[in-house]
Amino acid sequence: MMNRIRPLDHLILILGTLFMVMPVVVAMMTSTHTAVEIHTGGLQLLPGNDGYETYHTVLTRQGGFTGQVTGARMVMNSLILGLGFAAGKIVLSMAAAYALVYFRFRFATLMFWVIFTTLLLPLEVRIMPSYQVMSQLGLLNSYTGLILPLLASATGTFYFRQFFKSIPDELLEAARIDGAGPVKFFIDVILPLSKTMMAAIFIIMFVYGWNQYLWPMLMTTDERFFTLMRGIKQILQVWVGSQIPDYNEAFALAVLALLPPVLVVVVFQRWFIKGLTESDK
Amino acid sequence: MTDATQTASGPIRRWIARATARPEPAKRVQFDRPLLPWLFLAPQLAVIFVFFYWPSAQAISSSFYIEDPFGFGATFVGFDNYTDALGSAEYRHIAGFTAMFTVLVTAFSLGIGLLLAVKADQVIRARSTYRTALISVYAIAPPVAGLIGMMLFDQHIGPFVKLAAWFGLDMKVGLNYFDTAFAMILVSVWKQVPYNFIFILSGLQSIPQSVREAALIDCKNGARRFFTAILPLLAPTAFFLLIINITYALFDTFAVIDVMVKDKAANNPITLVYKVYLDGFRGNDIGGSSAQSVILMLVVLVLTLVQFRWLERRVHYG
Amino acid sequence: MAAITITNVSKTYPGASAPSITDINLTIADGEFIVLVGPSGCGKSTLLRMVAGLEDITAGEVKIGDRVVNKVDPADRDIAMVFQNYALYPHMSVRENMAYGLKNRKTPKAEIEARVAEAARMLELGPYLDRKPRALSGGQRQRVAMGRAVVRQPAAFLFDEPLSNLDAKLRVSMRGEIRRLQKRLATTSLYVTHDQLEAMTLADRLVVLNAGRIEQVGAPLEIYHRPATTFVASFIGSPAMNLLDAEVDGNRLRIGGHVIETGRAVPAHGAVTLGIRAEDLHISATGLPFKVDFVEELGAQRLVHGSIDGQALVLSLDPKTPLQYEMCLSVISDKLHLFDTISGKRLEQAHTIPTLTPVLA
Repeated sequence: MMNRIRPLDHLILILGTLFMVMPVVVAMMTSTHTAVEIHTGGLQLLPGNDGYETYHTVLTRQGGFTGQVTGARMVMNSLILGLGFAAGKIVLSMAAAYALVYFRFRFATLMFWVIFTTLLLPLEVRIMPSYQVMSQLGLLNSYTGLILPLLASATGTFYFRQFFKSIPDELLEAARIDGAGPVKFFIDVILPLSKTMMAAIFIIMFVYGWNQYLWPMLMTTDERFFTLMRGIKQILQVWVGSQIPDYNEAFALAVLALLPPVLVVVVFQRWFIKGLTESDK
Repeated sequence: MTDATQTASGPIRRWIARATARPEPAKRVQFDRPLLPWLFLAPQLAVIFVFFYWPSAQAISSSFYIEDPFGFGATFVGFDNYTDALGSAEYRHIAGFTAMFTVLVTAFSLGIGLLLAVKADQVIRARSTYRTALISVYAIAPPVAGLIGMMLFDQHIGPFVKLAAWFGLDMKVGLNYFDTAFAMILVSVWKQVPYNFIFILSGLQSIPQSVREAALIDCKNGARRFFTAILPLLAPTAFFLLIINITYALFDTFAVIDVMVKDKAANNPITLVYKVYLDGFRGNDIGGSSAQSVILMLVVLVLTLVQFRWLERRVHYG
Repeated sequence: MAAITITNVSKTYPGASAPSITDINLTIADGEFIVLVGPSGCGKSTLLRMVAGLEDITAGEVKIGDRVVNKVDPADRDIAMVFQNYALYPHMSVRENMAYGLKNRKTPKAEIEARVAEAARMLELGPYLDRKPRALSGGQRQRVAMGRAVVRQPAAFLFDEPLSNLDAKLRVSMRGEIRRLQKRLATTSLYVTHDQLEAMTLADRLVVLNAGRIEQVGAPLEIYHRPATTFVASFIGSPAMNLLDAEVDGNRLRIGGHVIETGRAVPAHGAVTLGIRAEDLHISATGLPFKVDFVEELGAQRLVHGSIDGQALVLSLDPKTPLQYEMCLSVISDKLHLFDTISGKRLEQAHTIPTLTPVLA
């Protein structure tokens, strides 16, 4: 088609993008100024000179009531949650989807519905009883307790099932004639074919896990298990009533919390978009 | 009379028939082993039973009880928790706000996402730059979005507050009901626009070049061409996004609300999910909170069934 | 290498009301090239897949060699299969694709290498052994799929429309290659296609299937010259055999208002279906009056479409023959094929009097 330059279109796009991206830029820039500077000068659009100090403080200062949690610790906990969740999701959902697609067995239909019913209800609506179950199991304040309940949804299984169904039937037939059993077929054919899909889902799930808020907030009363999201709630609760709030530290924490998922998504953009849009069919 | 009952039960019967029907096997040829599929399924099933079915069943059962606040047993009260919730003016007020909030967030984030996506689809240069910029906002966690929003509406440094003051308005987010609602909606829309943008742009780019060229020959007016030839092809994407956006506004905005309200719901707008949390964890009203959970479950159920029906269609004909 | 015996085989899909395959009997000799041909949905692929072990057999028995294989896993049936979409493993190189089946059978490494090298030489795949399938053209992928079958040295090759995804020119050359390869290896082969030309050119014997039943089994020319049913008559040969409504009256055939002498007794009376191949019709001074509709030029021949008394007819002529809008046609009497109007079955007739029959108006 015709490749005219369209100034009006670009204008709308640039304004829209600015509106979207400005808050992030402002947060990053402001986090490199001192609290007093921010208090008197407002939000900042240019980098300041105090970034190193602020981030150093946020990452290493023993905070909280027990003094056991540092920013670095929260980064680590968020990483454990994000990576553990993504890895667990892939293992569980790939195995389950493989069984549903490639096996004929009794109650397969029932199992399909048992698994996919979980798509119906987000964690938020059953948060109270989930919490009770976790406390009965003694899993409060543990990484297991942070990660496992989030795995109880079929999104990943749904993605992988769609993907497996799109693999040509003849591949399995050829493999069976070539003498491959179910385990061999899974390892020799399905795993290598799923690499891109696994990467895409890993990214989506990592971001999802890293960004979890409500569940980690309820689960972790012990500050050693605080994630960055929990830290954000903390810092907001603390600053109400202070004379000059630690704006710089709040922004630094926000930047720490948003940078990893943003980087992952931007760097692996192609996989991310592919995984997001194509698996939702 | 018989006619009426038949037409009423017709769709339901068809639904049951479809739900229980043996689905087409996913593959022409499948492995036939008695034990192996269960081994593959076991981890997923275990997690689902412990962390989905068990809590969901508990939510339903405790919604019929009033639990003693000191932990000494529970009393069966039937549907009292439900009638209490639905009958209270406060609950209805919150439901009303939730509905308005959902409509506004969905409408604005879809509208802005559509506008930007259509423009990005039309330009060739710098398209990927716009996309990268927007996708980075998608990855931001809702509580972080909430925190940044709080800063933008801060009493001392917030540019929005200053802007409002310039117009002679005194904006007090966190204290004034409408100011807080405005900030919540703005932040929620901001957070959701990129998601809609990504999906609509990818939907637009999957429209075959030949269809666009055919439309170009058949229709001279650009706007008309868009509304008659391009937009209808986006309908499946749009419908999918509609459901996703409603779910987002209902549930995923929890963090934004929590960050802005900071557990002080007194004068602030909150949504139904937040009320479930407040009553359950702050108010220790487990029965009432569970009943509200179940009501929300029903709302999601309806939404998801609608979505499933659509998914089915798209899987078959897409 | 082995014979394949199919005895009373039927297939009904679960939940289906009618069988997809009904009571098939077929014996394939060792080394024979059999082509299953028929329109889509006739059950030819299903039959092939039952031999492969990819579909359950509802009733009957399939034997490969002396062994009943109804319950044998596909991997243990000693067969190799070539799929329409090739079904190459996309993440494996050409070499790995060919070796995979052998590796799974614990064939010694040296032997795998030797067999892959031999197959690559035979199929001229040597330069591509380390490429992935996506870096190959359609024809090359097809060759790899064949190579994967060849290295296995199976008792039988099964081909499921292997040439359908190729363009017309490549299809012709691959056809020749498959034929040459099969002759050279002398491996029993069962080949499925919907293309009657492919079927004719490849087969030792053809099996024409329709709606899950065998219509006719025979050598290509036998089927061409003596189709057993109107279905076979119209399916095999291009252009399709002309089928006209006619009426038998002793030694005479009445077509509309016109009459042909059959020159012999016909074992029927009343309404029949008359079949005439396009090339068996000739222009003559007198005979059936033919009105021309339009002409298709094929170069070596010319197809003239028209009608006799409202019944559509095609004749094939030498391009040099002058054409008129209205012509008279005649046909040698032993080139007349008579079929029962209702059952479509051929009415037997002797092939003895090769005389030009005058047609009485």
